[in-house]
Amino acid sequence: MSKTTEKTYKRSHEPVFWGLFGAGGMLTAFLTPVMILITGLLIPLGIIDQHYFSYEKIHGFATTWYGSVIVLVLVALPFWHTLHRIFHALHDIGINRGRDWQQVICYGFAFAVSVFVFTLLLQMLTAPSLFGF
Amino acid sequence: MSKRKPYIRELPRDWWMKQLFYTKYMIREGSSVLITLYSLILAWGVFRLSQGETAFNGWLEALQNPFAIILHLLMLILALYHTITWFSLAPKAVDLWIKGKKLDDKVIVAAHYGAFAVLTIFCLLIITL
Amino acid sequence: MSELTIEIDVLRYRPEMDNEPFTQTFEVPYTAEMSILEALQYIKDHLDSTVSFRWSCRMAICGSCGLMVNSVPKLGCKAFLRDYYPQKISLEPLANFPIERDLVVVMDDFIKKLEEIKPYIIPEKEKCLSEGTYQQTPEQMAKFKQFSMCINCGLCYAACPQYALDNKFTGPAALALLARYNRDSRDNGEAERMKIVNQEEGVWGCTFVGYCSVVCPKDVDPAAAIQLLKVESSKDYLIGMFKPD
Ligand code: SF4
Ligand code: FES
Repeated sequence: MSKTTEKTYKRSHEPVFWGLFGAGGMLTAFLTPVMILITGLLIPLGIIDQHYFSYEKIHGFATTWYGSVIVLVLVALPFWHTLHRIFHALHDIGINRGRDWQQVICYGFAFAVSVFVFTLLLQMLTAPSLFGF
Repeated sequence: MSKRKPYIRELPRDWWMKQLFYTKYMIREGSSVLITLYSLILAWGVFRLSQGETAFNGWLEALQNPFAIILHLLMLILALYHTITWFSLAPKAVDLWIKGKKLDDKVIVAAHYGAFAVLTIFCLLIITL
Repeated sequence: MSELTIEIDVLRYRPEMDNEPFTQTFEVPYTAEMSILEALQYIKDHLDSTVSFRWSCRMAICGSCGLMVNSVPKLGCKAFLRDYYPQKISLEPLANFPIERDLVVVMDDFIKKLEEIKPYIIPEKEKCLSEGTYQQTPEQMAKFKQFSMCINCGLCYAACPQYALDNKFTGPAALALLARYNRDSRDNGEAERMKIVNQEEGVWGCTFVGYCSVVCPKDVDPAAAIQLLKVESSKDYLIGMFKPD
């Protein structure tokens, strides 16, 4: 009888990570190039004057509620994209030992950085006078 | 007695270096290493921002280092590679039907590039406000 | 007589005498309209009758002549010498499958996977013949037609590094076939098949390399089928969170 019974299927939790991967990938595809262009090239090279990226301006933006959400998404979401790819690429290049740990480390890293950035932003939002001047 | 003796070929570890298509796939996946690095630089920037003006200016100054410029140039190239590959594969995940016909792949890709251009210009404008 | 010729390397493996495959080189007369399959038939008829390879239709419809031409999965009857001449051509059995003999591979695992995804219409309720046929509009048919064009040649499995790395992965053609039935308006077996899709070795074994769709001789686009199934599987996951079965 056991031969005719349906085999059991195990649902993967990959949709959670794939969803974050997709959202992060979308963001990265559309916005990362221009972000790198601005913060990494145009501002440091002085093509866009530094006062457009001054402390007051950025701090002012990051301490509004919408600004902090935007900064959080722009900074943290790409990690969920890239670490997902790195996790799978490890398998591709034949590093098969401790896949469970690799998974914990990869997504754990994305999670840790997200929490780190979230905490900083929350701190700035709620106690702007704690740091700085 | 059966003379069957199926021969199983091992997949070489460097399979992705032996064929251009696979190499390009690996570059696509590998682009995430540099994008991770860039996001870490940004996260560090947020950290410095939270520490006050001097700290933040220090972060800005560090970005002027020639090594940082070259690194960002490299990151930009790989980020663009990610963008191109992402857009070229996007139609495969889209299942839009208009009047019984599947939306043309070219339209979907073009829409992505259009949105990309608009967003890029928008960001450049908004930063110089 | 100045006959043009082309050199062809064939990977040979004779299980009753060889421990591992080796390369044998043949020189074959060249004409522009000659296919790789015809070149192999020339070899078998005139040079070495022991070379084994599969074929049947000679018109890209039976799916039996798949092999690696210069390391790219191709149908022997749909690839032509003129696209390689005057360079040497190397022929090997389809990658990622065990070699049975010479260019013939063991396809059992592939066939098993095709069977496992329930590749038949599961109607909501069995209709009696007297009740007439199951009807479908051209629009309804368009939704799955592309995914139904597969000839089971296995080229996509030979192109898939994820299948190569872990052959528990259901793989491109089987998942495209699964999508074909799930998207068929006459079918009601989606819930059963989603269980297969949702597994790690279902749709989630895929990292979207995309080479399967490039090599497919029938433009089935299995990579697209898999992406669409990933979206479906994610929806299914969300629904499953709220009402676990
Ligand atoms: S999907 Fe294409 S490549 Fe794969 S078995 Fe079917 S016809 Fe061949
Ligand atoms: S011989 Fe039938 S597909 Fe090539």
